[in-house]
Amino acid sequence: MLEIKNLHVKLEEEDKVILKGVDLTVEAGKVHAIMGPNGSGKSTLSYVLAGRDGYEVTAGSATLDGEELLEMEPEERAAAGLFLAFQYPVEIPGVGNMTFMRTALNAQRKARGQEEMSAGDFLKLVREKAKALKIDADMMKRPVNVGFSGGEKKRNEILQMAILEPRMCILDETDSGLDVDALKLVSDGVNALRDAGRGFLVITHYQRLLDHIRPDVVHIMANGRIVKTGGPELALEVEKNGYADILAAEEA
Amino acid sequence: MAEALPQDDALAARIAGLSFPSEGWQAPARFDALARLTAMGLPKRRDEYWRYTDPASFTSAEPVPASTLDDGDEGMVFEAIDRLKLVFVDGVFDAAASDPLALENVEIGLLSEAQSDIHWARDLYGVLEARGQVPVKRPFAALNTAFATEGVLIRVTGYVPRPIALIYIHSSDTSDAVLHHCIRVESGADVTILENGPAAARFTKVMEVDVAEGGRFHHIRAQGRDHDRRASTHIFARVAGKGLFKSFTLTANGVMTRNEAVIELVGDEAVAHVAGAAVGDGKFHHDDTVFVTHEGEACESRQVFKKVLKNGATGVFQGKILVKPGAQKTDGYQISQSLLLDEDSVFLAKPELEIYADDVKCSHGSTSGAIDETGLFYLRSRGVPLKAAQSLLVLAFLAEAIQEIENEEIAEDIRQRLENWLARHEH
Repeated sequence: MLEIKNLHVKLEEEDKVILKGVDLTVEAGKVHAIMGPNGSGKSTLSYVLAGRDGYEVTAGSATLDGEELLEMEPEERAAAGLFLAFQYPVEIPGVGNMTFMRTALNAQRKARGQEEMSAGDFLKLVREKAKALKIDADMMKRPVNVGFSGGEKKRNEILQMAILEPRMCILDETDSGLDVDALKLVSDGVNALRDAGRGFLVITHYQRLLDHIRPDVVHIMANGRIVKTGGPELALEVEKNGYADILAAEEA
Repeated sequence: MAEALPQDDALAARIAGLSFPSEGWQAPARFDALARLTAMGLPKRRDEYWRYTDPASFTSAEPVPASTLDDGDEGMVFEAIDRLKLVFVDGVFDAAASDPLALENVEIGLLSEAQSDIHWARDLYGVLEARGQVPVKRPFAALNTAFATEGVLIRVTGYVPRPIALIYIHSSDTSDAVLHHCIRVESGADVTILENGPAAARFTKVMEVDVAEGGRFHHIRAQGRDHDRRASTHIFARVAGKGLFKSFTLTANGVMTRNEAVIELVGDEAVAHVAGAAVGDGKFHHDDTVFVTHEGEACESRQVFKKVLKNGATGVFQGKILVKPGAQKTDGYQISQSLLLDEDSVFLAKPELEIYADDVKCSHGSTSGAIDETGLFYLRSRGVPLKAAQSLLVLAFLAEAIQEIENEEIAEDIRQRLENWLARHEH
């Protein structure tokens, strides 16, 4: 489904190369995790896939169901089925969550040639999704992320994901800033969205998120590359020994 | 009036074409105003409150010709609102196009027809304008009091069930309209005044609003369909104890617009909110000059002004809060912000606080910035197309000003206007 080949990326403003040939394939129905030390390029990978400004792709490709993502505008990537859950969800004063999500959903539907959803149907959809995720639907009445706690912000990301029903979800350090209870709530939300047609790429520093969201495949990223790929046991190994052993083995 | 004729040639030329109604109960106020105008003269660029705005098109002998309407524009605002309509064409009252001047709990008359010497407006006409000349000179307001040819005189005695709408129509390319409205809101009364429409090639307007104890005055104005607009407007308000004054202005388009608001909170626990949302593209100069005086105790004032500027448009804000000795427990708030959609646009702000009481809360802030790129990316990453995302952020920026409109139906009308404007002026 998501296929990243030999992806090289540098920062636009400075001559700093961040990704140095990333190869990664996420199949439909699978959960892949990327772990790695700070500065390894994990967040850059998520931003580049979502289309954030400030990065220059110098080589390689990233396709979703065969379509080249890197040539699309961010909104086109969303309409194609890509979703990035932000590490730091953005506060947007003055824009209601409900307006935002309805505008987003209808824009995606329009881009896909589907009919727009009425306000009534949308409200029903939101209530249903919120209930399934055990999220208070009142959150949708507030301005986007304004005054939300860290946990509320992350839950809002998951609710957006549930409403937009993307094919490919990228979670960028969704566990950061969460206490144990919030972590469980958010993870339950993600697990509820797992199905055979949907792929996940879960980016995290820590094993603890992967206790809740069980990955099928774990990749270790370091210095702009995937240096090791394995099963869930790889995450446990990192938890126990840190990255040093893996990186040393890689260099050797 | 020969003896009152000014020595100043520019001023003489400016008023040469205007008529001076020298009889009736307004005459003393008009002579007073002319004397004030003569003493202060017309403003010049070097005057403290005209440094950011060139008064030339207001001081010129003849108005700059202005086309009447742009065909690309949408219909009139407030059309769906149930209101009493008073129509002025190039500053002349159009009785045929207006509703009968009758509405529950309100007396409505015309300045040109109010002849009686015991008219209630005698205590108001030019009175608040004269008070508002200190400490800042406002020559065009004095000119207005002296030379106004028409206006409405509204006395509100109770709750008025429908808004009273002043609708201006511009039909001559060279019209130079001078209107002066007086509104007295009696104790406990409540009224909403709407204003919209292009008015004239050059429009000089004064509205004096006297709110008695516990009275409530709501004012929503839309300036937008006249792209060549050159308008200098003043609102002078005096608010007694527990009275409420609320004024919101939407400004879109127009070459040169100066809106002044001079508000005195004279009784305890009086409230005044004055707000504006302005959007300008290209040849657009918009100036909000506001002066709020706190005299009573425990009064609250809010100034909320937001401007969205692009393609070299200019926005000006000069706002002052003066807290007089004894005006304890004052709660004053002032915010002026601009969203600059490109690097050619300019926002000039001069916030001022002058406080002579020790137990007050006054806050003010002024900012200028571009659209938040992080927010933009966040919206787009969810599938909102670039232009729609920009419009969402622009409307969000203006929201705090629009929130000052209490009537939700009217607020929605204003919001829709802004959305349509943004769609027509996509970035």
